[in-house]
Amino acid sequence: MDNSSLVTHHSSQTTRPPGPVVIDIENITKDYVMGEEIVRALRGVTLQIRRNEYLAVMGPSGSGKSTLMNMLGCLDTPSSGRYEFNGRNVKEMDDDELAAIRNREIGFVFQTFNLLPRATSLKNVELPLIYAGMNQDTRTERAERALIDVGLGDRIHHKPNELSGGQRQRVAIARALVNDPSIILADEPTGNLDSKTGEEIMALLEDLYQRGNTIILVTHERDIAAHARRTIHLRDGLIEMDHMGFIPELDVEVATT
Amino acid sequence: MKRFLYELEESWKIAAAQMRSNMTRSTLTALGVIIGIVAVTLMGTAVSGISIGFDNSMSVLGDDVLYVTQWPWKPVDDWWNYRDRKKIETEYADKINRIVAATPNSNLIVAVPTSSLMRSIKYGGNEVDGVFTLGTTSDFTLTSTIDCKEGRFFNEIESREGAQVVVIGYDVADALFPSESPIGKTVLINGQNFKVVGVNARQGTFLGLFSWDSMVALPLASFNKYFSSKSVSDVRPGGSSTESDVRVKVKDKKKLAEAKDELTGIMRRVRGLSPENKDNFSINEQQAFKSTLDPVKNTIAVAGLFITGLSLFVGAIGIMNITFVSVKERTKEIGTRKALGARRRTILMQFLIESTALCLLGGFIGLMVAYLLCFGIGKAFPSFPIQFSLGLVVASMIVSVLTGLISGFAPAWTASRLDPVTALRYE
Repeated sequence: MDNSSLVTHHSSQTTRPPGPVVIDIENITKDYVMGEEIVRALRGVTLQIRRNEYLAVMGPSGSGKSTLMNMLGCLDTPSSGRYEFNGRNVKEMDDDELAAIRNREIGFVFQTFNLLPRATSLKNVELPLIYAGMNQDTRTERAERALIDVGLGDRIHHKPNELSGGQRQRVAIARALVNDPSIILADEPTGNLDSKTGEEIMALLEDLYQRGNTIILVTHERDIAAHARRTIHLRDGLIEMDHMGFIPELDVEVATT
Repeated sequence: MKRFLYELEESWKIAAAQMRSNMTRSTLTALGVIIGIVAVTLMGTAVSGISIGFDNSMSVLGDDVLYVTQWPWKPVDDWWNYRDRKKIETEYADKINRIVAATPNSNLIVAVPTSSLMRSIKYGGNEVDGVFTLGTTSDFTLTSTIDCKEGRFFNEIESREGAQVVVIGYDVADALFPSESPIGKTVLINGQNFKVVGVNARQGTFLGLFSWDSMVALPLASFNKYFSSKSVSDVRPGGSSTESDVRVKVKDKKKLAEAKDELTGIMRRVRGLSPENKDNFSINEQQAFKSTLDPVKNTIAVAGLFITGLSLFVGAIGIMNITFVSVKERTKEIGTRKALGARRRTILMQFLIESTALCLLGGFIGLMVAYLLCFGIGKAFPSFPIQFSLGLVVASMIVSVLTGLISGFAPAWTASRLDPVTALRYE
């Protein structure tokens, strides 16, 4: 499957019906101690995300966007409030349980790709499967399938430095997909790519959404956020607006702050 | 469990890749461990070599033999009390034997007299100076482990009649007869002809302790006839005055204390001491030597291993340092791995294995170097009892692994406790 065929599958008009609640957040806060000062990064956020949603989290820097993403990704736990992931209380989880959630339920896509530089595409994609305790045969088979799914069937044994930026991000997306997670959490996935390649990556995400994945996109670019079916605007640690679809005029204002 | 194995396998692969991609750094760090392991291993071989050397020398004395001597075998502060003691006479042996024969259930078997002095020995154009020349009886073989390489020890008849026969040590034989068998040849000792009847097997010398290799033994009767103190009162260079003692074999070495008491009683009778007189002789056993030498041996071992251990410690610090560097420069990778589901113990294990792999590699190379050095020393100084054992190999591998685990623990622990958010943001 090559890139162009993915793009032609994509239909931005289709919105899939949302499934059961995956993420249920109620009034969560997060405080950081920075020197003498307490920074209140999140000041009471309530949010529900359902399976099959395609959600963009937007907001200027300092709005609490990154903090919310860390919470959603179970990289961090809230200071107060309730966070249930698939009905399980994240706030009470210990380090190992959080690692297991990240391993099985969340697929991370980073702005800087975060691939292991000396490992082949295959080895990079296998990594979450090792932590999931799968044997070598299953690992290889699933990793190869994930790479084919993102259109990199012919780049399986290449190392990151032998791939273009777009291809690297595809490897990272394959890695995020490989354990069949409940959500894919993409943090500025096109931030390090030129706009053409960025569009290709967005087409891939659209395709994944159409195939039944739940996608949470964190971005400050409204062109990118426009791909999502639902948009959340954060400001000063609070949700300023949560709406289905995309409101261009509001985003112009947000983007200029 | 399965997950642990996959993670373990992955950790080894990462460690190998890490070493390959940082060749210079890994080599230099491993070098510290190599030097440490070489030092410790060589010290280990030296310590066990010294121990074996001591034991070899001790075995000449026999662990079931008591020695009646003028001086005790231990350091004395009041040497003047011993200096004026009567010398031990070889005739005591006969007297002791008669008393033992008349005692039922005696703990003693036989008394053997010995006299010795330094003499030079000649054969043809070859001469050896300062050879420890021993006069004794054929019963001597009962009290000492004599192993003839060629020929035999002199027999009872030769002993009684004072035949002019001699048994020579390995080194003496080697010096006098470089290219022929000494058996049946006649050597010249103190101007007298003696026929060689036996050559001792090589025993090895160590730190100048007892060794048969540079001795000769001949019948006491001949010894007294030709080299008694009277006839050579003028002590010549390379010679010395006669020293005599009596060695007594005991029946059961577990009852050495009883045997010692019995022999003390007999000697007091022989010397005609009344109850108020103190003993004017000493009775010694191998143990007395051992208890003098063991602390020396142990001090060498402890001090040596401690000092060489320091070099290994320096190597371990190098490993710790490089593991800290490795953790620091891979902070973002650690964050990524955590985001992908690596648990704390996974990260801990990954870095522990990295440091352990370095130490194991260093240990392995160090062991090879130590082995080659041992081999070289063994070739160059055959008499030095160097000992390279399987136990030593296992021990240094264990030491290497422990070094890796201990020195890697602090950095690996730091890595495992990293906050994933902070680690991911690290540039």
